[in-house]
Amino acid sequence: MASEAQIAMLRVRGLTKRYSTSRRVWRKRMSLVALDDVSFEISSGKTLGLVGSSGSGKSTLARCVTRLERPEAGEIWIDDTDIAQLPIRDLLSYRSQIQMIFQDPTTAMNPRMSAADILQEPLLIQRRGSASERRLCTADLMHEVGLSPDWMHRRVTEFSGGQRQRLAIARALTLEPELLVLDEALTGLDLSTQAQIANLLLDLQAARSLTYLLISHDLSLVARMADTIAVMALGKIVEQSPTREIMSAPAHPVTRALLGSATNLRAKHAAVRGGCL
Amino acid sequence: MPVPLVQIRNLTVSYMPENDGVVRALDRVDLDILNGEITGIVGESGSGKSTLAAALLQLLPPNAECSGSLLVDGENLLAAGEAELRRIRGTKTALIPQDPAMSLNPVIRVGDQVSEVLRAHSKLTRKQRKQRVQELLAEVGFVDVKRISDSYPHQLSGGQRQRIVIAQAIACHPGLIVADEPTSKLDSELQGQIMELLREIVRCHANALLLITHDPTILAGFADRIVVMYAGRIAEQGPAKDILRRPLHPYTRALIGLTEVRTDGVRVIRFPFIPGEVPDPAHFNQGCRFEPRCLERMELCAARHPQSFSPESFRLVSCFKYGE
Repeated sequence: MASEAQIAMLRVRGLTKRYSTSRRVWRKRMSLVALDDVSFEISSGKTLGLVGSSGSGKSTLARCVTRLERPEAGEIWIDDTDIAQLPIRDLLSYRSQIQMIFQDPTTAMNPRMSAADILQEPLLIQRRGSASERRLCTADLMHEVGLSPDWMHRRVTEFSGGQRQRLAIARALTLEPELLVLDEALTGLDLSTQAQIANLLLDLQAARSLTYLLISHDLSLVARMADTIAVMALGKIVEQSPTREIMSAPAHPVTRALLGSATNLRAKHAAVRGGCL
Repeated sequence: MPVPLVQIRNLTVSYMPENDGVVRALDRVDLDILNGEITGIVGESGSGKSTLAAALLQLLPPNAECSGSLLVDGENLLAAGEAELRRIRGTKTALIPQDPAMSLNPVIRVGDQVSEVLRAHSKLTRKQRKQRVQELLAEVGFVDVKRISDSYPHQLSGGQRQRIVIAQAIACHPGLIVADEPTSKLDSELQGQIMELLREIVRCHANALLLITHDPTILAGFADRIVVMYAGRIAEQGPAKDILRRPLHPYTRALIGLTEVRTDGVRVIRFPFIPGEVPDPAHFNQGCRFEPRCLERMELCAARHPQSFSPESFRLVSCFKYGE
C-alpha cells in the first residue's frame, strides 16, 4: 500500500454516534442512531464530497470529525493520532489542523466583532505570535481570500453575504490547517457568489494543498469539486466511489434518487431552454 | 385585456439608515400580476426582490418610505391604514416565508397556529375552524392530519414545516401569495415536492403566486412569467419560456449562463461567474447599474439609465441595445 504514495490525511473507522431523546414520564428513552459505523478516508490534498438528503447524518459526521461532538465508537486518525476519544484539553493542538466552515457565516461569527478581531481570535486562543505579527497575518489572510485589508476594522455586519463567507474562510485558515470541513458552505449564496467562493476554495486548495471534506445536499455542485463522493442515508455511507463513476453509473437507489432530483430540475431547465417548440 | 390583480406603478422604496444618506432599495418599478399566474422574480441579493415582497404585504421596516402606486385587487396599499392593512393581509395577500422554523411559534401546536389565521381573518366558529384546519392540512399533502395538527414545530421536518406555513398562507383564500425563497433551505428532492404543491394550489384556487428566488433553474417549467431584477430595478420581464430560452438583457444572459453546468462528474478548474459584485445601494451610479459588470457596455450606458424597451411583444428590457 505504501507504494500508492497517497497518504491518507484523515482516516475514519467505524464511527458511531447516537442521540437519545429526552426522558418522558412513562416512556423509555429512545435512542436515535445519527451515525452508524461510518468509515472513509481522504488523501492529502484531495476532496471528498459527502452528499445526502437532510437528516442523513452529514452534519453529525462533520461535528464528530471536528470533535465538536464526541462519537460513541470508532476512530478518527489524523496522521498518527486517533482523536476520537481525546479529552477536550488535549484537542487544542488538533483543532489547528482541522477547521470547519459553516453554512451561514452570519450566525457563525460574532456580529459585534470586527474582521480583525475575528481573524485574530484563533491566534489568541492558541497563544501564537505578537500583536504586530497577528496584525500582519490578518492583512495577509484578507488579501488571500480577496478582501481588502483596508476593511480590517469593519464589523461583520458591514460585509455582504459573499464577503462574510470569505471572512469565514480566512478565519479557518489562520491556524494553517490541513483539513477544512465545509458543511454546506456554498449553500444559500447567489449563483455568481457561489461560483466565486467555489473558485476561491479551489485556488486555496491548489496553493496550500488543503484537504477538503465537502458536505452538501447538492450533488451537481459536489460533483464538480470532489475527487471522491460518499453518499449518506440514515446515518450510513451507502455508496463511495470516484466522482466520475458515481455520476455515470450510480449503484445505490439513494444515489440515483439524489442524482435524479438534481438532474430533474436541470433537465426541465435544459428542455425549456433548448426548446422543443 | 383583463384587469391585473396587482398593479405596481413607479414604486420606489427608500430606507433611511441611522447615519445620513438614503438607500434606494427599489427604484421606479412597474409591474402587473394577473390572476392565476405564477410570476418568478429572479435576482441576486441586493437586487430589491425581498423589498418588493415586503412592499406588497406592506411589511416594510419603519425606516422605509414608499412612493408611487401599489394596487392589489383594487385596494391602494400605500393609502391604507394599519387596520385596513390587517384586513388585506391574510384575505387578499399572504406570505410564505423563507424560513418556516423562524416564523412558527415553537411552543404552540401547529394546528392551533393555522387556526390562528382563521380566527384573525374569518368569522368561523371554533368548531368550524377545527374542521377547516383539518381540510387545509390535507390540502397541503398531510395524510396523518390529526397527529400533525397536534405536533409542535420542532417535531416536524423542514419540509413538513414548510407545508404548515403554506397552509397558513392559503387559509383565507388570498388573491396573491408571495413566496420568498420557499425552497432555498430544502434539499432538491423536497424542493421539487414543495414546488409541485405550490403549482397545485395555484391551479385549484386561481390565485396569483409571486415566487422570489435567486436561482432561475427552479423557475423552468414552473413560472408563467419571469421578472429579472438587478440593483433595485427591473432589468427584464416577459414570458418565462422566452426569457429562459432567449434572454435579452446582458445580465439575464450572464445569470442563465451560470446555470448551465455539466454533471458528468468531471472536476472543474474554475466555475464560471459574473465578475464584480452587486453595487452598494448607497452608492449607485447614474447610468445603467449593471454597466460596471457588463461585457457589452457602450459609452451611453454610464451616462444615463435606459428606460424599458419592447423589442418583442410581451417582453420588456431595460438596455440600450434595444433602443435609445
